Amino acid sequence: MNLTAHAPILAVAVPLLGAFALPLWAKLHTSLRDLWLVLVAGVTGALTVLVAVQVYTVGIQVYTLGAAWPLDTLAPGGFPIRIILTVDALSAFLGLITVLVAVVGFSYAWRYLNEDEGKTLALTLGTLLWAGMLGMAFTGDLFNLFVFFEVTSIAACGLVGYRTWASRGPEAAFKTMVMYTVGGLFVLLAIALLYGEYGALNLAYLARQISGSVVDRIALGLLLGGLLMKAGAVPLHMWAPDAYGEAPAQAVILLVANTQISLYALFRVLFTLYGGVADPAIGWLVVSLGTLTLLVAALMAVVQMDLGRLVAFGAVSQIGYMLLGVGVGLTVIAARPAYGLVAIQGGIFHMLNDAVAIGLLFLAVGAVEKAAGNRNLANLGGLGHDLTWTTGFFLLGSLALAGIPPLNGFASKLMIYQSSFLLSPILSALAILASILLLAVFVKAFQGAFLGPRLRKAEPVPVSMLVAMGVLALGVLALGLFPELVVRHLVAPAADALWKGRDLYLQAVLGR
Amino acid sequence: MSVVVRTIARILVPVILAFGGYVILHGHLTPGGGFQGGAVAASAVALLLVAFGAPSLKKLKSPLSVLEDLGGIAFVVLAFLGIGTTFFFNLLAGSGGLFGAASPIGPNAGFLNTGGTVPLMNWAVGFKVLGGLGAVMVLFGLFGGDDDR
Repeated sequence: MNLTAHAPILAVAVPLLGAFALPLWAKLHTSLRDLWLVLVAGVTGALTVLVAVQVYTVGIQVYTLGAAWPLDTLAPGGFPIRIILTVDALSAFLGLITVLVAVVGFSYAWRYLNEDEGKTLALTLGTLLWAGMLGMAFTGDLFNLFVFFEVTSIAACGLVGYRTWASRGPEAAFKTMVMYTVGGLFVLLAIALLYGEYGALNLAYLARQISGSVVDRIALGLLLGGLLMKAGAVPLHMWAPDAYGEAPAQAVILLVANTQISLYALFRVLFTLYGGVADPAIGWLVVSLGTLTLLVAALMAVVQMDLGRLVAFGAVSQIGYMLLGVGVGLTVIAARPAYGLVAIQGGIFHMLNDAVAIGLLFLAVGAVEKAAGNRNLANLGGLGHDLTWTTGFFLLGSLALAGIPPLNGFASKLMIYQSSFLLSPILSALAILASILLLAVFVKAFQGAFLGPRLRKAEPVPVSMLVAMGVLALGVLALGLFPELVVRHLVAPAADALWKGRDLYLQAVLGR
Repeated sequence: MSVVVRTIARILVPVILAFGGYVILHGHLTPGGGFQGGAVAASAVALLLVAFGAPSLKKLKSPLSVLEDLGGIAFVVLAFLGIGTTFFFNLLAGSGGLFGAASPIGPNAGFLNTGGTVPLMNWAVGFKVLGGLGAVMVLFGLFGGDDDR
């Protein structure tokens, strides 16, 4: 068996098998379960890295399920009938983000979750969510995308409602479930329209056939709506603060990665599926939604008194930056490819930076909640005396998120400011305004929670949680200090895959 | 529930399970399949729940959830069987043995002993759905409020 050829599907199948087997190991003994999780996470991470190395060095990886050999994409007659995984540089980049987030999250969860609160369920759902995210990133089939979309939805709703003993947990889970289900139905209806029109579900085949008819436009609108609902963009963001506020911290960072995977699916639809019939009006729509998201979420963050919800609105506003970057790229790339590409690079680079910085913040909030017993800024104060490391991590994460140099948020936000300035100076002014608002928000949160006299003795934070936060903090520093390395080697190929790589993506599946 | 309901339930449960099994078994030939058959079979659990009440079914919860896990694992393992060629490759089709007969070409009444790994996957999905839906219903019965009778 040729491991490199099979790596794309194994990276999805191994966590799936791992998630199904996890509760059985837990019935025998919890240490067996932990060992199994380490094994599954290690193998999945290694396989994803292997896929990414192949994609970045060799080219697009294609895998045909159930065929006579992995590259046998076309049935006789030149029609792609089977489920085909197509991994290009952008998919691989998102896959790497999920690996980072999942490994950090699981090591954080080891001491963060209590055994008697259903730790096994949280770990099972987390692994299932990871499998779904990798599937969404790697698939080259529209219906398969919907299936993995639903896998992530179900796992995410379970994680949001994890705290069944708190009344707000199930409420947040219900809200999230309604939004995800409606979004999923939008996507399904769009797929049905496209299938009815072209009789195919393969992304590459559809991309070659698509004509830009009225039905196609309706399908695009439905796909935009469904995927933006899942990504938590304003005005469809109302589930996100509840979900981020109620889910356990290690699950929140998986949920954040999940919103980015939905954005990935959106970009795949906009650039690859509809790239041939691109319309600048769609680009402007994405730009305006992005600007709205970053402004509204930052304004909402100002008034929050709950530390978890405050950071959650910060997370929603970051989705706006990604939409703004890629939307600017979509609007101008046909006319001025050079700066359109910078905009797309900024948006994609911001995905990684957001996963690292907002992940660090959410983990720090989880540590605060565990140490102090609540998250309300009115009752917190003086935690800096006891939680030295957590204080540092929170400060680092909030400065990075507000875009202060030399941290990582600055690097990608600068690319977004510059490119959106060329489209319209108002856009970059609004984006900078949102960053300043976020800085104000985090100054308030930092001062309220960590500075001042010690109110009561806080419990020490377990070392494994500190190590997990430390890894992300190192990421914040490294990505901020050496952004050009990351952009050149990881982000630029991913951005190229969206625009210049469209023909390669189609050829990888359809030949010629 | 009354003794009439309980007696009828005792008679009907094996019939429902058999019909669910039939839908699963013929999934590769007729409409239906693993999910549909599993849902039919899980309705037997619903009938038991109505007839005998949730507390008497409490001991079913653990076996049902294990059945669900095993169904999921069996599905992925069956997909892994083909990894020598490709994931999900139908290794057993046309190889003789169980479900291994070659499908005849042209109109026919349908031959059960064909399909390779597909019928086996139907069984895996069927057990997963039976276990999952059954466990959910038992849990709802155990923890649900009393205000809905």
